[in-house]
Amino acid sequence: MSFLDINNVTKSYGAVEVLHRVDIAVEEGEFLVLVGPSGCGKSTLLNMIAGLEGITSGEISIRDRVMNGVHPSKRNIAMVFQSYALYPNMSVAQNITFGLEMHGTPKSERDKALNDVAALLQIDHLLDRKPGQLSGGQRQRVAMGRALVRNPDVFLFDEPLSNLDAKLRVDMRTEIKKLHQNLQTTVVYVTHDQIEAMTLSTRIAVMFDGYVQQLGTPKEIYDTPENVFVATFMGSPAMNVVPARVEMVDGVPHARLTRSEDGHAFLAFAQDNMADWAGKDILLGIRPEAITDPEAADRDSNRIETLSNRVGVTEPSGADTFVTMTLGGKDVIARMRADTTVASGEMFDFAVNMEKAVAFNPQTEARIKP
Amino acid sequence: MAIATQDNAASVGRAGRTFVYLVLLLFALFYLLPFFIMAVNSVKPLGEITGGNMIALPQDWTIAPWLSAWSTAQIGVEPTGLRPYFWNSIRMVVPAVVICTIIGALNGYVLTKWRFRGDTIIFGLMLFSCFIPFQIVLIPMARILGILEISGTTTGLVLVHVVYGIGFATLYFRNYYAAFPTELVRAAQIDGAGFFQIFYRILLPSSGPITVVCVIWLFTNIWNDFLFGASFASGDAAPMTVALNNLVNSSTGVREYNVHFAGAILAALPTLLVYIVAGRFFVRGLMAGSVKG
Repeated sequence: MSFLDINNVTKSYGAVEVLHRVDIAVEEGEFLVLVGPSGCGKSTLLNMIAGLEGITSGEISIRDRVMNGVHPSKRNIAMVFQSYALYPNMSVAQNITFGLEMHGTPKSERDKALNDVAALLQIDHLLDRKPGQLSGGQRQRVAMGRALVRNPDVFLFDEPLSNLDAKLRVDMRTEIKKLHQNLQTTVVYVTHDQIEAMTLSTRIAVMFDGYVQQLGTPKEIYDTPENVFVATFMGSPAMNVVPARVEMVDGVPHARLTRSEDGHAFLAFAQDNMADWAGKDILLGIRPEAITDPEAADRDSNRIETLSNRVGVTEPSGADTFVTMTLGGKDVIARMRADTTVASGEMFDFAVNMEKAVAFNPQTEARIKP
Repeated sequence: MAIATQDNAASVGRAGRTFVYLVLLLFALFYLLPFFIMAVNSVKPLGEITGGNMIALPQDWTIAPWLSAWSTAQIGVEPTGLRPYFWNSIRMVVPAVVICTIIGALNGYVLTKWRFRGDTIIFGLMLFSCFIPFQIVLIPMARILGILEISGTTTGLVLVHVVYGIGFATLYFRNYYAAFPTELVRAAQIDGAGFFQIFYRILLPSSGPITVVCVIWLFTNIWNDFLFGASFASGDAAPMTVALNNLVNSSTGVREYNVHFAGAILAALPTLLVYIVAGRFFVRGLMAGSVKG
């Protein structure tokens, strides 16, 4: 069995099932991120691991010990909450050692653990303050200190960065990653921010509507999304998903796309099995960075197709310039070099890396596997 | 855009402001007048009162009426003054307020942080108890006090006031704790704190304002209660309010108005003191409970 085993777990409130047969096995030292829009069940799942919510059916075990019905304090877990949940009437030091005190750890050991954690998180100078006197970033550190001091088997994070401003969020993200690399503890981390999910995780579970849509490494999730939801949820700007028809040209399957001008664009697939779909409609998914100016096209790719289309809007963002065009009746975003010369309204030859394109079944929205 | 002028709702002209202050002053005088008359007449010899002008300041200042009201005046048949009854009231108010506040706080804690099936119905029923008129429960209450063999005692009165006070105390604490972040309770659970540890260590230290509100409310109501006092604890166990009534209604001898005034102020003094000491927390606590909840 794995270190943290979520086995066929469901959750119902009355007759309403909010989590459907979740199966996730987490190995020791992994950083698992549960990501999804609000209401997808990710926080419920985290609370079930923590023991704050009951398990309707199925089994959760940590270190081969079944945790169903075990009190949160006896699971050897620690949790960092979105609001930090620091006890307002206690000093930082008391906040951090409260858990140890409740578990009957002697004072001398508590002090030693406190000093270790305070040094690790660089909060030594804050120990006598009350949470109300701390800034957002400091509170975040104290909340992590409170989790770290217990030396738990599993760390649970419930959207810990969403109350911070944008810059601090990026800094703390790096710190959490650094901390995980140093300590090599097992982490389950809930967020709705797909960038946090991509940057922090060793594996991601994308959730929607109470189902785990896909479980995999960040690269798997990003490059080979199981369905249209995962494809459009992960990545910013989102993956372009446009209706297309598969047609054979010279024995090679092509995607025929409606352009904003008259006529169609034909892009040859990299996968041969798309020939099975000849004459049928599909949804073609192309990441913005797979549509570029020809000079910036990926040299290692052996299927770069040229797409002539009229440029809609250009949006320089500093590092890149995003170019919007109409394709298949939808707005499609291309990620170009910052100093690209394309101008709004002109025809341009875009380079499309078809090796990175994915096709979806338009009925089931599931990916058509090669 | 034109330069903004100072012509907005917040600025009233000088004349308007003078008018507002004048009206406020008048109202203040109006409300203070009865207290003024009580205070002034309680330090006059009886002759000056019966002689005519009640509003005038005393020509002869004396504290004799106060001493008499406190320790020698005729209450019913005994010349004990209000003193023993004052202590009766204290013995009634303090336990009742303490018990109500503790139970109310625990109720609020359970009703917001340990939700269970039907908790809103239970809370609704407790709220209902706040609105039952006192008169309706007199007879059943007398029966229950009889069964418990505590009728006519201060202990019986404590029970009556606890029963009535729990509804309000629960209402206050429930609304206050509803705004208290549940994540703190969950964090404490994960830290290994039990039901009472969470209550003592996490919730109670943050409950200052609402405790003050609850104590003031209960203290004032229980201290000022006359109906239950008169119904369930006549004689030696009577609280201050009943004794004051007996003092004023004594039918023998001359009516000593100055003593009556002094007695009435004595009876009102504790609640007045509670307001002066804790009044500013009162508003703060009420706001915290209502706005955030």
